[in-house]
Amino acid sequence: MNKSVFAAKIRRFFRALHGLLQIALDFTEPVMELLIRLCGWSAIVFVFAIFLFVFKEAAPVMFGGMNYTEFFTSINWRPTSVVNPQYGILALIVGTLSVTGLAMLLAVPLGLGAAVYISEFTTGKYKEALKVLIELLAPIPSVVWGFIGYMLIGPIIIKLTGAPVGVNLLNGGITLGLMSVPIIVSVAEDALRAVPDSYREAALSFGASRWETVYRVLFPAAKNGLLAAVLLGIGRAIGETMAVLMVTGHAIKIPHSLLDPVRTLTATIAAELGEAVEGDVHYRMLFVIGLVLFAMTFAINLTADFVVKGIRSEKT
Amino acid sequence: MISTATPLSTTPGIHTRNLNLWYGSFQALKEVALDIKPGIVTALIGPSGCGKTTLLRCFNRINERYGNVRTTGEIAVLGKNIYDADVSLSELRKAVGMVFQRPNPLPISIRENVLFGVRVHVKRGAYGRGELDAMVESALRDVQLWDDVKDKLKKNALHLSLEQQQKLCIARLLPLKPRVILMDEPCSALDAEGIERIELLLQELRKRFTILIVTHNMAQARRAADECIYMLLGRIVEHDATMKIFHNPREKETEMYVTGRYG
Repeated sequence: MNKSVFAAKIRRFFRALHGLLQIALDFTEPVMELLIRLCGWSAIVFVFAIFLFVFKEAAPVMFGGMNYTEFFTSINWRPTSVVNPQYGILALIVGTLSVTGLAMLLAVPLGLGAAVYISEFTTGKYKEALKVLIELLAPIPSVVWGFIGYMLIGPIIIKLTGAPVGVNLLNGGITLGLMSVPIIVSVAEDALRAVPDSYREAALSFGASRWETVYRVLFPAAKNGLLAAVLLGIGRAIGETMAVLMVTGHAIKIPHSLLDPVRTLTATIAAELGEAVEGDVHYRMLFVIGLVLFAMTFAINLTADFVVKGIRSEKT
Repeated sequence: MISTATPLSTTPGIHTRNLNLWYGSFQALKEVALDIKPGIVTALIGPSGCGKTTLLRCFNRINERYGNVRTTGEIAVLGKNIYDADVSLSELRKAVGMVFQRPNPLPISIRENVLFGVRVHVKRGAYGRGELDAMVESALRDVQLWDDVKDKLKKNALHLSLEQQQKLCIARLLPLKPRVILMDEPCSALDAEGIERIELLLQELRKRFTILIVTHNMAQARRAADECIYMLLGRIVEHDATMKIFHNPREKETEMYVTGRYG
């Protein structure tokens, strides 16, 4: 066999191999594309599937003589009463809103303050270390936060205020506030970091101090991102279940002071779903509450989304 | 050339002696000694990286916002060494305004941009609404922007064209009545027409301020400046009247640069 024949054979072999690979690629390309497309669609599918499931469980009472007036305006939630079961969630809504409101009252100043400090008053390794530490707080399981609220914050509240019990609106607000801080810090710090340095320089060149630069320039410049941070924090707080179940006292009433126990929508579902008989009115009412929560968090997330989009279109 | 032994003058204008500046271990300015006259336009020229922007940014001490900058020597602005312990950074920057390479209006309304310096330096309520309005109008008229923006003073300044933004950046210095205006390549983001109009503006402003302008554009230095300073590798090579620098430079290096054979 002379050299050129051998070379031709090798060439043919590689050409064949190349052809095979090409066919394999031609085949995998559309398959991969399909898989990726499915992944994208799955998110939409899951959201709708979850909504449909909750809706399906709730529908029989929603369209079967449910008393909407009682549902939204009565503070009496007595689902297990044999004589006269009542399904008013007003106290629960007030509970959720008051705990969330109190949590935000604590978390927003703390979170935005921390974000400003990390972004504007620290540099280098110290800055990175702080950011990482704060982001490490975010994935702490909510049941652990519940423990902290129950075992640590509760006794402190009793000692400082003389309240008979430590699990109440105040404890819920503090625990939930602390839980919401990391996400607020993280998103707000990103927003501040995205502000072009030329703005800071402009402000400084006028003799503005760092704090003046923050509130006269950075806040207006990053307002959408900061708002998104706050909204995400609210979303986190409203949807939280385990911690509030453990630290709010779980009493159905409209609170008149910070030391009154409250109960939230989420905690009600978590506590009662196990006892409710599948398919009866109580069971279905819990799903209606689920829909109310769904609507609330959906509205907040959608707002946050539009706000964040607003940032992007402003930049272009 | 001024000898470094010449004592620091404290007459108006800007004076430096033995000015050295390091970024970390890199020395960006070497023994800079300058006497910049008040009430004229002085251009800083030289190839990229020669230290002209660094020098400019010394005069309002804005260099200091980066942690790794070290400065030695003296700089006198308006008769006072700005590195003295009793100098207020805020007051210094009130007297020495700065215009940046890329127009950087703040993301607030046009009106608030013009009033930014006032908001920082003057106590709330010191001026009535009418006085503030008059300040805004006069500043915008001075930069020939008033007719373009008088109907949209409440609009966000970022919606203006680049040229208008740069004019606004000049206008917002005026209500504070600065003595010195530092300009760091103020025209590099503009088209030829914009450059022409900004230069016309310079001719108007030169009567009222000491203007220092960094430029890469030799023709601009020639048109707009009364005096030029040629810098190379952190040193001052030559400082003289513009005509002298361009037509009869003393140093060989200056001639190489202004005739386009170097840099």
